[in-house]
Amino acid sequence: MKTVTTDLVVIGGGPAGMSAALAAYDQGIRDILILERDNALGGILRQCIHNGFGLHRFGEELTGPEYAARDAIRVKELSIPYMTDTMALSLSPDLEVRATSQTNGIFKIKAKAVILAMGCRERPAGALGIAGNRPAGVYSAGTAQKFVNMKGYMPGRDVVILGSGDIGLIMARRMTLEGAKVHAVCELMPYSGGLARNIEQCLNDFDIPLLLSHTVTRLHGKKRLEGVTIQKVDENRRPISGSEQYIPCDTLLLSCGLIPENELTTEAGIALDRVTSGAIVDQDRMTSLSGVFACGNVLQVHDLVDFVSEEAAIAGKAAANFIKNQKTPPISVSLNAGDGVRYTVPQIVTEAKDVTVYFRVTDVQKDVRIALYDGDTCLLSKKKISVAPGEMETLSLSPEVLKEANGKTLTIKIERKD
Amino acid sequence: MMIYDVAIIGAGVVGAMVARELTRQGQSVILLEKASDVATGASRANSGIVHAGFDAKENSLKAKFNVAGANMMASLCREMGVAYVQNGSLVVGFDQEDQQTLEGLLKRGVENGVTGLALLSGDEVRALEPSLSEDVTCALLAPTGGIVCPYELTIAAVGVAMYNGAELKTNFAVSSITEEGGVWHLSNGEETVCATYVVNCAGTHSDDIARMIGDDRITITPRRGEYILLDRACEGLVSRTIFMAPGKMGKGVLVSPTCHGNIIVGPTAVNMEEKDNTSTTAEGLAEVRRLAQKSVKDIPFGRGITIFCGIRAVGNTGDFIIECPRPRFVHCAGIESPGLSASPAIALYVAQLLQKEGAVLSIRADFDPHYTPAVHFRHLSDEEKNDIIARDPRYGRVICRCETVTEGEIVQTLHQLPIPRDLDALKRRTRCGMGRCQGGFCTPYVTEIMARELGVDELSLTKSGGDSPLLLAATKTAKGGTK
Repeated sequence: MKTVTTDLVVIGGGPAGMSAALAAYDQGIRDILILERDNALGGILRQCIHNGFGLHRFGEELTGPEYAARDAIRVKELSIPYMTDTMALSLSPDLEVRATSQTNGIFKIKAKAVILAMGCRERPAGALGIAGNRPAGVYSAGTAQKFVNMKGYMPGRDVVILGSGDIGLIMARRMTLEGAKVHAVCELMPYSGGLARNIEQCLNDFDIPLLLSHTVTRLHGKKRLEGVTIQKVDENRRPISGSEQYIPCDTLLLSCGLIPENELTTEAGIALDRVTSGAIVDQDRMTSLSGVFACGNVLQVHDLVDFVSEEAAIAGKAAANFIKNQKTPPISVSLNAGDGVRYTVPQIVTEAKDVTVYFRVTDVQKDVRIALYDGDTCLLSKKKISVAPGEMETLSLSPEVLKEANGKTLTIKIERKD
Repeated sequence: MMIYDVAIIGAGVVGAMVARELTRQGQSVILLEKASDVATGASRANSGIVHAGFDAKENSLKAKFNVAGANMMASLCREMGVAYVQNGSLVVGFDQEDQQTLEGLLKRGVENGVTGLALLSGDEVRALEPSLSEDVTCALLAPTGGIVCPYELTIAAVGVAMYNGAELKTNFAVSSITEEGGVWHLSNGEETVCATYVVNCAGTHSDDIARMIGDDRITITPRRGEYILLDRACEGLVSRTIFMAPGKMGKGVLVSPTCHGNIIVGPTAVNMEEKDNTSTTAEGLAEVRRLAQKSVKDIPFGRGITIFCGIRAVGNTGDFIIECPRPRFVHCAGIESPGLSASPAIALYVAQLLQKEGAVLSIRADFDPHYTPAVHFRHLSDEEKNDIIARDPRYGRVICRCETVTEGEIVQTLHQLPIPRDLDALKRRTRCGMGRCQGGFCTPYVTEIMARELGVDELSLTKSGGDSPLLLAATKTAKGGTK
């Protein structure tokens, strides 16, 4: 079997993989290989033809393909090696990646560092346990997006969307623009899982109702979907009997959560965070397996690609330093998700430097304080007018705070602003 | 007018096995199937268990054919490239009464000719299967129990029959049967097929078929069974098939590995009116979860990848109904569990019945019993993978990432009898879309390959034949905009 050696393997050629590779390149690493399973670089952005990407990073509104092209062009200009139509099959604990492609067959890559940037997948209908038959016309929103934007096919005309994740909201608008009627977007939770701007631009601008605390409880139709039963849910998210409502439709699109694709990660024995379903990482996005880094949606599901790129650059730079064997005196600080916080990334910090902690809150709240605690002592806090689970939050930690907290666990909490 | 020797109604596992056997014995066979593919009824969605044979009453057809069929299964699956594992089964009990039930099953099993049965204590059985709950106090071990993929078995048997000359007509729902001058005429209202002999293997509809020849003694009660299928990541939760002792709570549900490395949990057992209603219910799935937790602890239902509902064709006699109600006409009705296990033996018995009815049977010297489904890339060694990619680079292109199904396998399958013409048919053969994303990523690639290989418009492709289009139109953009 062909075996190649390289300094850095990046698994995934989407925005995270490209940004990580570019950051490693900027640190002087030249021996890089990006593995991409599709036939071009760009990842899921290639099918996201709407605009709104890049406001933070480039200060302008780009479409998905435009955003991806900025990185892809640089990768090509810098001659960073990449392989398309190539799928990584396994990652071993001694940093050997097995991959397959039409041109190379099965081959191995031995690397000094590996960056995981495989992205995420959508939660399928079967996992939601909706009663009824399994007719045609039930798609995850991303699958429908691929059919419409990449292939020019309409999966349906009369649409109900379950889940108010961003892809679902985007597809509500897209299907409407293509002449379909979107009857409703149902959201199980009492708040939307998507960005506020998408609610405004994709639903409100098109008079598409967003039904909060609603879910689809039954699919009707044997061969092709003919309608769905929707129901209100109580505060425990259980359907309320008597609230059944039938909506005739030929299509149900699902936008009910994204799941980081960590099959390779798990097989390599890397520790995962139960909440994020991504690897547990330090401030450099290094996983529990030394030399393996994770970034982008395979680490934690992001709202904005700008943050994906930012996170991937951290991983790419750190992987480069790892390859160059540059170490700083270590510390050990654990970060804990306290009241009102679902998770943090990173989960641990091993170096006293400026570290931005990303996290999500558990509930929609107004007038709150994000606070950092060492036991009962509040180390720092910042005010927020509102927070929502659909919008990622950040907190910056200084080298001084981290040095002081060496050996301790710091807790991030959401507090009422009194 | 072409007169076939035998027309078989229904291409489930029984029809498929009968078609294979009668083709082997020199008959010209036509298989009539109302759906768009084979194995779309009870054979599509069941537990996939090859029962050891201790369950059926002594001297019943069920007992006789179960043990005989199960004994044939391993070699048959090997010949036809079908996934089969003799993983052994356990019936677990929770109290003294269950212990007595298990002793009864042991006795019955011995009389039925089942070998290797043993009664175990709770601790002994937990040593074999550590995930069993602490409530389990006793168990019956049946080492000859196995698991098989029911639709792969059906597809392969139909394939063997077809490569040896049998014909398959899908989308052919028999609506009337008449006899003229020693020939049966089977019509779907538009087209008529003629045959000297008829075998009714119509599953839940076998009573409807019986009534077409004036036989109203058979009543089939469809019994639904709902299942939950867990991610392959749960492999190893149990290694044997775990049944519950039948008793106060009914038959309970099973927890079992599948041949493909998933864990299957179910089924419920609810009689119903509608014969083709395979819809799942919230109550049914809750029941599956509740019951399963009694025998196996900490089942990770959060890793469920799909739910489905199967239909068993329960007859009105308590046993299989395999008989000749009219000259040259055989019923295979009421073939509920253990029908899958029994199917190879049922086929031999049907051949005997036809012989009594005058059919001239002799085993063909040129019969090829082998079926070669497309290799599953995932199961090859790296060396084998490289060999196959060198021969056909399309095996290097992974289409279904969850089950690692390559373009090579999909293309080969699309040209193999019985030809899959819809997405579900292809899925049953290749497993593309059967994994944890359930086709989320691969469907748009698969439809492109299907359209290309079958020479049809992508817009004409269906999920499950008939009126189940996957796509409804081209977008405005694709049509060149709206101006």
